[in-house]
Amino acid sequence: MSSDLAFALRGVGTTVGGNFALRDVSFELPTGYVMGLIGANGAGKTTTIRCLLGMRAFETGEIELLGHRVPGPVILRQDVGVVLDHTYLVGDWRLADAERALRPFYDRWDGVRYRQLLDEFGLDLRARVKDLSRGMAVKLMIAVALSHQARLLVFDEPTSGLDPATRDELAGIIGDFLLDEGHSVLFSTHITSDLDRIGDYLTLIHEGRIVRTGTKDEILEAYRVVRGGPDTLSEPAGAHLIGLRRTPTGTQALVRTEETGLLGGDVLVEAPTLEEIAVHIAARATRREPHPGTSGSPGRKPHPDTGRHASHPSMSAEETV
Amino acid sequence: MRVVLSNSAGVPLYQQIKEQVGTAILSGELAEGSALPSVRALARDLRISIITTTRAYAELAAEGFIATVPGKGAYVLPLDSALVREQLLRQVEDGLQAALDAARRAGLQREDLIQILDGLIDAEQQDAIR
Repeated sequence: MSSDLAFALRGVGTTVGGNFALRDVSFELPTGYVMGLIGANGAGKTTTIRCLLGMRAFETGEIELLGHRVPGPVILRQDVGVVLDHTYLVGDWRLADAERALRPFYDRWDGVRYRQLLDEFGLDLRARVKDLSRGMAVKLMIAVALSHQARLLVFDEPTSGLDPATRDELAGIIGDFLLDEGHSVLFSTHITSDLDRIGDYLTLIHEGRIVRTGTKDEILEAYRVVRGGPDTLSEPAGAHLIGLRRTPTGTQALVRTEETGLLGGDVLVEAPTLEEIAVHIAARATRREPHPGTSGSPGRKPHPDTGRHASHPSMSAEETV
Repeated sequence: MRVVLSNSAGVPLYQQIKEQVGTAILSGELAEGSALPSVRALARDLRISIITTTRAYAELAAEGFIATVPGKGAYVLPLDSALVREQLLRQVEDGLQAALDAARRAGLQREDLIQILDGLIDAEQQDAIR
């Protein structure tokens, strides 16, 4: 068990009704950083988080959380703050009642800090949980997590439904939390603009599998977005077109950076935004991403020069992903 | 310390930070011994990732502009360090090379170039006197 990792999942698999919900899920976050877990609705983000937090059993693999194996000792709960997309507090409670209810569960509960944070976040101790807006409810859950001195904050879709000003405030709160090098943050999202800036690490998940994990720069470097006319992009010489989108005016797809050389000269190749990566990966059909080298037609080696013109014999190729 | 990031400059964020802090140090705006915010505080304030600010500071440190103190922050090193001088020399060379390239396209001779350079130096000296 390594203490310089906030958490690590290794080969985690879990099934629902005989079907895989997660398959061979492996990724890890070094202590002190922010990771974004990006995927479309239903990609497996919440299931992954529930497994990580010991809220859900998993059949294969192992999970390490703050130096403990999951499912871990009860004390582990003290070190993890969870912000879900719904509040787990009773609606009729006033925020002062919430403190009285939660305090007994935490050894290091800091009531002064709780009040300070509510004040800082503009929350009234006398307000009722059910009357809070979405943004206020998120801030309340953060205040609770910080008051019991969590070392890892886990957010499940924290920014969906928040206005831009509140999202920026949230980024500032996360930044404050991370001033301590022993603190780490994982958040899942399908909105990528929040992560474009503050995310240190990213993990892309699609249909219960990890598509890619690494630093944000590594992920952005790994792909290129390619655009062409209606007929230019097919499955050219082995380059694998991810989430190919074809309209009467043009085509657009994501390719691995190392495969851009296999494309025709007639296409525009650009560095993608995170959003473009997320969109194209989510648009992949249910088939697996082939391993490098097995995609394209076997036996048709890319000629050094074939990249130049759009005379690809595979023009009619199905839209493989 | 002043850092203004552009999202549309096409220059990586770490590079923008590095250039702006480096320029501020060379111009004397950030004096020797000045404390810089920690990489984590800077990341929070600019709403960018810690990896980005860490990289900017690491490169500034490698070029001899700043020294970082783990867990604390960073401070500005004396300007006369050999590394900074080397950095400045490289900037001079780059600038002169750009001038040479332009001069070649304009068909200027060595004498013309020297004359222009002398003119610039004179003008600067006169500005300083005034």
